[in-house]
Amino acid sequence: MDQGVDGNRPALSRTARLALVGLPLAFLVIFFAWPFVSIVATGLWRDGRFGFSALGQALDEGDLLGVVWFTTWQAVASTVATLLVALPGAYVFARYEFPGKRLLRAAATIPFVLPTVVVGTAFLALFGPGGILGIRLDGSIWAILVAHVFFNYAVVLRTVGGMWSHLDPRLEEAARSLGAGRWRAFRYVTLPLLRPALAAAASIVFLFTFTSFGIVLILGGSRLATLEVEIYRQTALLFDLPVAAVLAVVQLIGVTAILLAYSRYQERRAVEQPLRAAEDIAHRPATAGQRALVGGVLMSMVLLLGTPLAVLIERSLRSSSGYGLAMYRALGDDDGIRAIEPLEAVGNSLGFAAVATLIALVIGLSASVVISYRRSRASRWFDALLMLPLGTSAVTIGFGFIVALDAPVDLRAWPLLIPIAHSLVAIPFVVRSVVPVMRSIRSRLREAAAVLGAPPGRVWREIDLPIVSRAAAVGAGFAAAVSLGEFGATAFVARPDTPTLPLAIFRYLGRPGELNFGRAMALSVVLMVITAIVISLIERFRTPGIGSF
Amino acid sequence: MLAVLGATVRFDDLEAVSGVDLSVADGETLALLGPSGSGKTTLLRAIAGLQRLDSGRVLWNGTDLDDVPTHSRRFGVVFQDFALFPHLDVGRNVEFGLRMAGMEASERRDRVATALARVELAGFERRRIDTLSGGQAQRVALARALAPEPRMLLLDEPLGSLDRPLRERLVVEIHELLDRLSITALYVTHDQSEAFAVADRVAVIRRGRIEQRGLPEDVWRRPATEFVAEFLGFPTIITATVGGGLADLGVLGTVPLPGVPDGLVRVVVRPDALILDDAGHVEGVVRVRTFRGDHVVLAVDVGGTRIDVRGDAVPGASVRLRVDPAGIVPLEPS
Repeated sequence: MDQGVDGNRPALSRTARLALVGLPLAFLVIFFAWPFVSIVATGLWRDGRFGFSALGQALDEGDLLGVVWFTTWQAVASTVATLLVALPGAYVFARYEFPGKRLLRAAATIPFVLPTVVVGTAFLALFGPGGILGIRLDGSIWAILVAHVFFNYAVVLRTVGGMWSHLDPRLEEAARSLGAGRWRAFRYVTLPLLRPALAAAASIVFLFTFTSFGIVLILGGSRLATLEVEIYRQTALLFDLPVAAVLAVVQLIGVTAILLAYSRYQERRAVEQPLRAAEDIAHRPATAGQRALVGGVLMSMVLLLGTPLAVLIERSLRSSSGYGLAMYRALGDDDGIRAIEPLEAVGNSLGFAAVATLIALVIGLSASVVISYRRSRASRWFDALLMLPLGTSAVTIGFGFIVALDAPVDLRAWPLLIPIAHSLVAIPFVVRSVVPVMRSIRSRLREAAAVLGAPPGRVWREIDLPIVSRAAAVGAGFAAAVSLGEFGATAFVARPDTPTLPLAIFRYLGRPGELNFGRAMALSVVLMVITAIVISLIERFRTPGIGSF
Repeated sequence: MLAVLGATVRFDDLEAVSGVDLSVADGETLALLGPSGSGKTTLLRAIAGLQRLDSGRVLWNGTDLDDVPTHSRRFGVVFQDFALFPHLDVGRNVEFGLRMAGMEASERRDRVATALARVELAGFERRRIDTLSGGQAQRVALARALAPEPRMLLLDEPLGSLDRPLRERLVVEIHELLDRLSITALYVTHDQSEAFAVADRVAVIRRGRIEQRGLPEDVWRRPATEFVAEFLGFPTIITATVGGGLADLGVLGTVPLPGVPDGLVRVVVRPDALILDDAGHVEGVVRVRTFRGDHVVLAVDVGGTRIDVRGDAVPGASVRLRVDPAGIVPLEPS
């Protein structure tokens, strides 16, 4: 008698399991670990010895300390600024009900999914030459800070606001009844309870801004550079691979330290607390003061998030002969030297996105089956391993390809390298979309199908497959969006004749003249619209009630 | 007819079900009543084929179901959390078993409509699962289990996740439905009122063993063991000294208790055995009066022992009690 539960779980043969583990593992080893090791070797291997002498040389050659210092403090400043600016928004979304809330929440996420090149371009339109405010902030830290807040606002709104909206308000009421004023109730009850979400949001924002590339490259001018930008300059402009490698190693150490600190903090801090359904908590603003608060916060949020995009669109429509589609038409013109082919770039980007999505789906789905099949230490390690490329910077990945993939076969000109680089960053999104859903298919559902007469194979087809395929569609959408906007790795790997949309935009920005500036704006709007379409498709496939992101 | 013989299930070193014998006659509803962790759900899962038996057998009309997998047993199951398929609407949930049986689409439509009408959800076919209330979800689960006309229905705490008023209404509906369809059913619950309301027969299970079985009235009137008496909520269980057919109940006096061997015996004093009566021989003082809606319970101090009595008096009043020997039930040690 060995039908029973085991018969209802989709059983995996030894070969199948080996293939499911082996495929993602091989992919990661070849396209992530190997380039990664090559960088470390290039950076620390000098004169037949392994050591840190290269680090010393690099210190002499470039202003390494200065770059590390700037990278760190701008990340700290950006994180603090984002938290301060976004917390009121998180509070209002958590505790108040108002018309258009869902729409506004979705809209607030748009900046985060926008390609960094588009974000940089939008702020260049705002603060750069001919900006509507009349102030030039490009090349200053302020433009970078504001752009980082704009980009990461949604992280705080979603992470902190999400937890806040489930926090039992009776805890704060209990504090009030015990004599705490509004501020002290917040300070001593709400804030400590929110700490896990705050830490999570702060770590994510810090990680993103620490490895910020596109935004700093476009807005930082010639003076300001993060490690990421400096790696790019050292390789693409100065051809100094060893210094770039040292910089990449330093950045890897920084990123690893952040990730380790965060995971240790999470382990220590796991406080169980009763959570309530969000809809029990949020209510309409009742008093004039509450209405003013909600109105004010929402207004400033719309201004912060809407203005750069509005200005970007405005600038794309503006030309010396007035408003119109001149800049969009100019995209189709032959610019004489045929250095940038915007229409080709659209085609390239869509093609790369399709291939990257396919790779991410194949690798991500096999990994998801392994991770969700059994909760074990090995599957947790596997999970963390797959997340690593997301934490590692894109520039490092692209740089690693250049350093590592020349032998035994020179793959550096291989057209598939671009979608492979994109898929490395995209796989975590597929895994994070699919694993929670795979795990949420409770064994009860499979049992229910079995008692209703479904044999094991049929259970998989009728229950697992339809539920998982929706989640896979969501993951595929994210993968496509990541690929469309990816800039850091592509900047290294793409060949001159196969530019992607972000690359084409960046090239336009690097060329003089109002026409090229306008073309960059127009092409950014095109990329923004394509990304927006992909993201809105994702929303249609979400299974209600089962969360991801 | 279902028969379970010597069913045993072990989880590591814990024996969840220990040699249970059980039978459910055709058309009969048996309630399996027990606290959480008593093994009742494990036994139900074993009958459904969802749990492997370590030893023992499950028979249907004398045929061993050992090598019959779950999906071929044709036993309907209503799960505690309903286990409705979230990716299918109400109609397709109910239709699922019919589709597995390979039924024609047109016939399926009619059967789904009938099944939904039977649980008063006619026209709910296109509703999404996450828009259902708890009571509606429960009805859909019932309709889904019944639609393929299973030869037996297994219900695992089917009302466990609902609030009390809804539970009391639905238990009557389920009872009526089971009667009308005269389907063989096993109803697992930890709630005695639910078990008594729905069942033709009750089996009380504890630590994987059946402690008592019988008609609901018999189990309630004559709980066999101290565990059953406590589980049914009888408040007064005391030690009596039995000699020559008489039981000395201490402060409650002496009553005839024929057929019980001499010695110390645990007995339950059923609430209906204690009657306020000015001619009674037991004296006490009312400490607490608790209003229970349809009756009042007095906590009476009788010579230092607190005894719960039904009947009304003000706190502090002196009362007299009469003891009805029919309500004194000797218990087997459990």
